[in-house]
Amino acid sequence: MRFYEYEAREIVRRAGIPVTEFGFATTPEEAKAAAEKIDGPSVVKSQVLSGGRMKAGGVQFADTPDEAAAHTVDVLKIEIGGQMPRGVLVDTKAEVEQEYYAGVVWDGTAKQPVIIFSPVGGIDIEQVAEEQPDKVGRRHISNLRPLTGFEAKEVIASTGVTGSELNKLVPIVTKLAQLFIDNDMTLAEINPIGRLADGSFIALDAHMDMENEARGRHKKLLAELGVGDDETREAREPTAFELAGEAVDAEDHRGVAGNVTEFDGNLGLVIGAGGGSLTLFDAVRAHGGKPANYCEIGGNPSVSKTCGLAKLVLQKPGVDKIAVMMSIVSNTRVDIVARGVIKACLELGMDPAEKIAIFRIPGAWEEQGFLILDAYGVEYADRSVSMHEAAKRAVDKIGAGS
Amino acid sequence: MSILVDANTTFIVQGITGREAVNLTRECLDYGSGAKIVGGVTPGRLGRDVHGVPVFDTVAQAVAHHGAPIDGSVVTVPPAFTKDAVFEAIENGIKLIVIVTERIPRRDVAQMVELASANGARIIGPNCLGIIVPDVIKMGGIGGPAKDAAKAYSPGTIGVISRSGGMTTEMSSTLTAAGMGQSTAVSIGGDAIIGSSYAELMSLFEADEATEGIVIYTEPGGRMEAQLAQWVAENNSRLPIVAFMAGRFMDEMPGMSFGHAGTIVEGKEDTATEKIARLAEAGITVAEEISEIPALIQAKIDERKS
Repeated sequence: MRFYEYEAREIVRRAGIPVTEFGFATTPEEAKAAAEKIDGPSVVKSQVLSGGRMKAGGVQFADTPDEAAAHTVDVLKIEIGGQMPRGVLVDTKAEVEQEYYAGVVWDGTAKQPVIIFSPVGGIDIEQVAEEQPDKVGRRHISNLRPLTGFEAKEVIASTGVTGSELNKLVPIVTKLAQLFIDNDMTLAEINPIGRLADGSFIALDAHMDMENEARGRHKKLLAELGVGDDETREAREPTAFELAGEAVDAEDHRGVAGNVTEFDGNLGLVIGAGGGSLTLFDAVRAHGGKPANYCEIGGNPSVSKTCGLAKLVLQKPGVDKIAVMMSIVSNTRVDIVARGVIKACLELGMDPAEKIAIFRIPGAWEEQGFLILDAYGVEYADRSVSMHEAAKRAVDKIGAGS
Repeated sequence: MSILVDANTTFIVQGITGREAVNLTRECLDYGSGAKIVGGVTPGRLGRDVHGVPVFDTVAQAVAHHGAPIDGSVVTVPPAFTKDAVFEAIENGIKLIVIVTERIPRRDVAQMVELASANGARIIGPNCLGIIVPDVIKMGGIGGPAKDAAKAYSPGTIGVISRSGGMTTEMSSTLTAAGMGQSTAVSIGGDAIIGSSYAELMSLFEADEATEGIVIYTEPGGRMEAQLAQWVAENNSRLPIVAFMAGRFMDEMPGMSFGHAGTIVEGKEDTATEKIARLAEAGITVAEEISEIPALIQAKIDERKS
C-alpha cells in the first residue's frame, strides 16, 4: 500500500529524521495558513500516488502565502496519472548545497532488506546506478540481529562519503532502515536528502510502501494518518464493477472470488485459481479473445458466491458469453461451481447452454459436476482438454455468435 | 529416488486441529504407502487425536513421544502465529518445514528463512501446497485427496517446480497423460519471499539420479527466474529445463498484482517478457502452452542422451 507524500513525510518525521516544515492542505485557505507558518518561499506539491508531477504542472513555487493559495487552486484541478489530487503538500523551499539518496527495499533473492545509498540524489536512483555505478552503495541487513548503525556507515562510506558528512548521515540512514523494519515497509525512500548551507541534513521528499499483509499490525499508525481500512491504494482506483466484485467476495466467507478486475472485452471470465487465472487470461488473449474481466475463484467457493460472481460478469455491459475455467482443482468442488454458474444464468432468465461458452474445471467432484452440466446442455471439458484448448473453444464460440 | 522426502520421512502437522489441516492429514495418510505423520501440534489440545495421529501442545512433546528426531513439519496455522510455529519447529531440530499459510508479511518470512538457514533447516513456501513423490508420499495438500492426487501424479523422471499450487497439479497431470511421470513435484509458493527458489532446489534435483529433466511454472514479479538462469549458466547442469510463463498480460499493467502476492511488476527486470528472454538465454525452453511441455522436455532429454 502506497502512502501519499504528506503521509510518508509524517512517518519520516516520527522516526526522528529531520524534515522541512510542511503542511497538508485541501483548500487554498489551508494552503495559505501552511505557507504563513513556513514564513518564506514555499513549494506547492500535488498529492497523487503516481509520479510525473513536475511534468504535469503539479509542482509550483510560491514566494508569498497568497501565491501558494493561488497555486493550490490550479494544482487541485490537474489530473495526474488518472488521479485527481487528494490535496497539496505545502513545503518549505529549502536552499540545498547537495542532494543525496537513501532507500531500503527487499531483496527477494537474498531474502533480506537492502540499504541503498548514493551521494547523487534528487534523480531516479536506477539512472544513477546505470550511469555512475560506483556512486551507489548497497548492503543487506540481518532479519534477526538488531540494527546498530555500522550497517549504514558501511553503505555510505562505500560511496566515498567521509568526514562529518558521513557521521551526520549515518543516524539518518539507520533511522530510515529501522522505520522500514518497524512499519513492515516494502519500500522506504528519502530522495533527496538535502545538505543545507549550515552542514545539517534534512529529508526533502519521501516514498513509502507498506506491505498489504501487514496492515493489520499497524492500525494505530494508519488511523493516525487517516488511512481508511477500505483504501486499496492500488496503481489505479477500483471501478464500480471491481467494487461490486469485492462486495460479492465479502458477502460470504466460504471460498474466494478475488481480484475481480475490469477489462473492456465481450468474453466474461469466471476463472481460477491464482496461477490458473493468469494462464487462462493469457490463453484467451493468445487466441484473439477479448476478456471482459479478470478474476480468481478458489478455496472451494459456495454456490452463492460463485453465483454472485457469475451474475456480476453476465450482467456487465458488452458481455456476450462467459467461460468458466480453472486448472485442475483439488480443494474447490467442480459440482459446486457448476451449480453456481447455472443458477446465475437461470436467475437472470438466461439459457446456460447458450451463455456458458465452455466449462473446463477438472478435479474434485467432477463426475457430479458434469452430470449437472449435461442436464442443462452446457459444453464442458475434462483434463484431457488443455487450458489453452478450452480458451480457444470459448473464443471460437463468441466469434461465431456475433 | 526423489528430493526432500522419501518413504521414510517422518513429519508432524502444526495446527493439526484446524478444518483444512484435518483434511490435509487424512489426504497425506491415505496417499501412497502412507505418510509417517508422527504427531500434530495445537496448543491446548494435548491428548486428542486426528485420524489416529496424536495431538500435542508443543513440538518438543511430539519429538519426545516419537523418541527420535522428526524430519519435517507442515505448518498450517493463522498468519499471525506462523513465525512462532516455525521458530518452534526449527528449535526442536526439524529440518524440513512446509508452510501452507497465506498472507504472512514478508518480514516474518525472511526471519524464518534466516533462522532456518542458520540451523541447517529448509523452508518450502509459504503460500504453497507442499511436496509429492508420486505413489510414495505427499507432504501437504498438493494434489488434494489421495484418489485425485493419483489421477494427476505418476512416478517417473521429471522434476516439477511451481510458484502455483494448482498449476503444479495441472502440469504434472499433463505429463502423466503423456506417459511421463514425476520424480518429485514441489509447490514452492507464490509470495515475494519464499524459503526455496528454483535455483535453490536445482542442486537437489541435480544430485537425484532418478531425475532426467525439469519442468517449471513461472510468473512475473521478482528475480527468481534470473537467479535460475544464472544457476544453470554457472553450474553446467545436466538437467534440461522447460518453463511455462503465465501472466504475460501483466506486462501492460505495472504496479498491479494478480494471482499471487509476489507477482507485482516493479521494474523492467521482472516483466514476463524480460524473464522469457533471460530463461531462453540460459538454454531453458519456454513453452507457449502447457500441452506442449511433454514433447518439449522429451526432445531435450533425448538430445542430451544422444
